[in-house]
Parts: sequence; C-alpha cells; structure tokens
Amino acid sequence: MSRVASLLRASLAGVLLAAFAFALIGPLANLALWSVAERWYTPYKLPVTYGTRYWEQVFRPTGDAMASLATSVSIAVLTVVVALALSVPAGYALARLRLPVRSLFMIVFLLPQAFPSVAIYINVARIFYGLGINGTVLGVVLVHAAHGLVYSVWIAAAAFAAVDRDLELAARNIGASPLRTFFTVTLPLAAPGVIASGIFVFLESLDEFTGTFFVGVPQVTTLPLLLYNAAMGGNYQVASITALILLVPSVLFMLFIERFLRADVLAKVGA
Amino acid sequence: MASGTPRHIMSLSQRQLALLLIAPGLALVAALFLYPLCFSLVSAFTAPEGGFSLQAFGKAFELYSGDILFTIVIVVSSCALTALAAIAIAGTLTLGENPWVVGTLRALYRWPLFIPFIVAAQCMRTFLAKNGLMNNTFVSLGLLEPLQAVSYLDWRGIIITFVWKQTPFVALLLAGALASLDRATLEAGRNLGASRLRVLIELALPQAMPTLLVALVLSFVTMLSVLSVPMMVAGSQPTMLTVDMAFRINAYGDYATANALGVITYLISAGAAILYLRHGMAKEGAP
Repeated sequence: MSRVASLLRASLAGVLLAAFAFALIGPLANLALWSVAERWYTPYKLPVTYGTRYWEQVFRPTGDAMASLATSVSIAVLTVVVALALSVPAGYALARLRLPVRSLFMIVFLLPQAFPSVAIYINVARIFYGLGINGTVLGVVLVHAAHGLVYSVWIAAAAFAAVDRDLELAARNIGASPLRTFFTVTLPLAAPGVIASGIFVFLESLDEFTGTFFVGVPQVTTLPLLLYNAAMGGNYQVASITALILLVPSVLFMLFIERFLRADVLAKVGA
Repeated sequence: MASGTPRHIMSLSQRQLALLLIAPGLALVAALFLYPLCFSLVSAFTAPEGGFSLQAFGKAFELYSGDILFTIVIVVSSCALTALAAIAIAGTLTLGENPWVVGTLRALYRWPLFIPFIVAAQCMRTFLAKNGLMNNTFVSLGLLEPLQAVSYLDWRGIIITFVWKQTPFVALLLAGALASLDRATLEAGRNLGASRLRVLIELALPQAMPTLLVALVLSFVTMLSVLSVPMMVAGSQPTMLTVDMAFRINAYGDYATANALGVITYLISAGAAILYLRHGMAKEGAP
C-alpha cells in the first residue's frame, strides 16, 4: 500500500472515531454543562454564568433530592433483600436439584422482561389500588423485585452451577448435613455471583422509572421520578444533577462488574 | 445418594424440595406478571356493560392507528440502525488491524450500556435541542449556518436516543460471538484476498446471526416498553403507544382502551419473536 493511501485511511479512521466519540460523549457533556450552568440561553453556545448554586440546592439536607435519594436507596436495598430471599433457594433448585420442566421455570422468570411492561404495570397499579398498597414503598419494592428476579435467579443459578460438586460431596462424606454443606461450602463459593446478581437488582431498582411511575405516584418519589418532574417542569439544572447522581452507580458497576462476574459463571447464565 | 434410603423415595423428596424452594419466586412472578397479564387481556376484550366485545379495539384503532404505525416505524428503524452500528463496532473490534483504533473504540463504546433510559432521555433533551450542544458544535465547526439549526426533539430524537442506548448492548453480545468464531476461517478468507468488509459480511456475520437476532429481539421489546424516552424527548403528537396508554389511564381512567393498546403492543412484540423463531427454524431445517 502506498504511503498516501495509508495516510488517507488513517485520517479517515481518525475522523470516524472522533465523530463516534462526539456522538457518545456529547450528550453526557451537555448534561454535565447544564449541571453547572446558572444562566444559559440563546444565542450563547456555552453557559453564560457557571456556578454550583443548583448543586447546593440539590444537596441541601432538607431538599427534595436528598429525600428522593433516601427513598430510592431504601427501596433498592429492600428490593435486593426480597429478590435474594427468593432467588437463592430458586437458583439452588434450578442448578442442583432434579426439577421437572426446568426450562419452563427458567422462562417464567424471564417473562416479566420479555413483555412490553407498560400494559402490565397499569394493571398492577389497579390491583394494588384495590389492595390499598398503591403509592406505598411496599408496592414499589414488589414491582421492582418481580422485574429484577430474572437477573437474580439466572445469575444465582449460574453461580451455583459453577460450584465444584466434589467439594460438596467431600463435606458430606466427612459427616456434614446437607444444610451445613450448603451454608459452609456451596453458598460461600457461589457468593461472588450472588453478590453480582444483588448489585444488578440494586441498579435495576435504582434506575427503574415506568413501574414507579404507575405504582408509586404520588406518594413515593424516587430519583428517576424527581428527574422526570424537574425535566418536565423546565428545571434543567436539577434534572441534570439528578441524572448525574444516577450515573455514578451505573458507571462504577460497568467498571467493576468483571471483578464479581467471573467468566465461568457468565458462561452458565441462562443455561 | 446418602445412606440406605431407597432411591425412588429420595428422588421424590428431592423433587418436592426443589419445587418448594422455587415456589416463592414463581408466586411473585405469577402475582405481579401473570395475573395482571390476564387482567389486561380480560379488560381489553370486555364491553363496558360486561360480556365479550371488541369495542375497546375499535376505539383504540379509531383514536390511535397513527400512533400504532408511528410506534412500529420507530421501533423497527431503531432496531435496524442499532444493528448497523453494532455490526460496524463489533466488526472493527474483531477484524480491526490498527491497535490504536481498536483500543479507543473498545474503551468508548460500552459507556451508555448501564445508563438508565431516563438519564439518556435527559441527555438527549438538551443535546438535540435547537440550541443544544450538537447544533452549537456544528455551527462552531462551520458545518451548519446558525439559521439552519433545527430541533431534533421529535421522532428523530426518539430513534437517536434508542440507538445510542441500545447499540452498546447489541455490540457487546455480537463482539462476544464474533470473538469466539474460528479465527482460522477468517484468516483463510483474508489470505484468499477478500477485503475485511467481505470477510465480516460473508464469513463472520452469518455464524454470529443467532446472537445478533437475540440481542435485537430483546432491544425491540425494551424499546416498546420504554415510557420515559418518548415522553421526555418528543412532543405530544404523534407519540408512542406507551405514552398513549399512560394518558388513557391518567386522564380518563379508561382501562379498556389502554389495555386494548397493551394487547396491540404484545402483538407487535410477538411479531418480532415470530420472525426470530422462523429464522431459527429455517436455520435448523437447512442442511
């Protein structure tokens, strides 16, 4: 290949890569700019005055945002507790015990994610209204747990399947009861995968909007609902800062997921 | 099997134990998915005075046939563009020869993967506006006259947001599938003088097709379920069926029409699933 042609190729690749980076980073940069823009109007291409006034407003201990953050985190923690309480036994049964129609059960847990969910949530809201748990934390936790169950069950099943059976048999041979074997051998070995599934469920709950929109309103205001209200009310600064708060756990998760979800577990997900 | 218990009793009790362990999880899915699903079907097919009726569907088509079409067009074109972008990214990651380009791309493309839709929607709401960062950058670079700047906050905004958010997911799965292919076949193609593009399209992609289709079907259903993006990125008319359902409920408490629209979204996603299954069967039927 001649030098000119290869130079052309390299510069074309550079331009394409720059355009790609702009498309990817641009929207996030715009979000970050709005979070520190105290005044920004046309025809100015960049904020007219910068400042942290809105950050102070959001992080004021008595502000709406701190209350929403507390609501969001407590709902997410409760969701993880409910999801793990259901998925650890279910995952163990799917991975280790002889189960009739096993693949059907696997699909049942996938269903809530495989259907367009808005039509489901409006009816859940109606049922919850009849039960008097619409607009309560309990109602939102149940909706989030059902939604996150596919991740927690599938990942827990994969984590249990990846545990070496010989170690369990060795424990049984030296006289440990099945229950003791589970709690001292199987569960500790599967723990990284189970923790990863818990983190997945936590993030799903933290980011969930549609279910909370129908089941939680007007009493339960999570961060995504606060973001929505601020954005629709035209307060771009508060909306952008709330969005940035929601971004932090997502980005951390993306950077650290590989620590928790080992390749041998990942390969067994859904199997 | 432990000690002297007869085998068939042991396996029976193991089976019961397994069902006992899985039952609570199944109960939650039954209560919060299967029961509401039946509820939505019954409500969609029931007349106001009771009894079977297609009245709600008549109303849904009368009021929202434009939005049904709009939703299908948005979701199908978003999936097509997502597929193209994901193929370009995964192809470059697998067959790229410039380590600098591949490294940069690998570091960049995954960023939107775990970003919530509502955050993506807020990003795009500002980025794609008439005086958003995108138009401002184009004007500064001299690519656009200030007076030509238009807002993209309509159907184009929805598509751009969906593609931006879903491409990393599809590209991640596709790149994984491409990486596990037999390198020797691809190298042989290259040695016979095929360009990288041809190797990608004729040798690599057909083998990775099942993964690509699964990722696209999942993205298709996800796009049909998202409420925040059409509400925040685009104006009120025309809009997607998710927004119409929320409007029927919140403004009129009209569950019958909302559920009829819901059944229509099930049918649209069933259409995608059937296309996928038919491809799978055609594959299996081939020699």
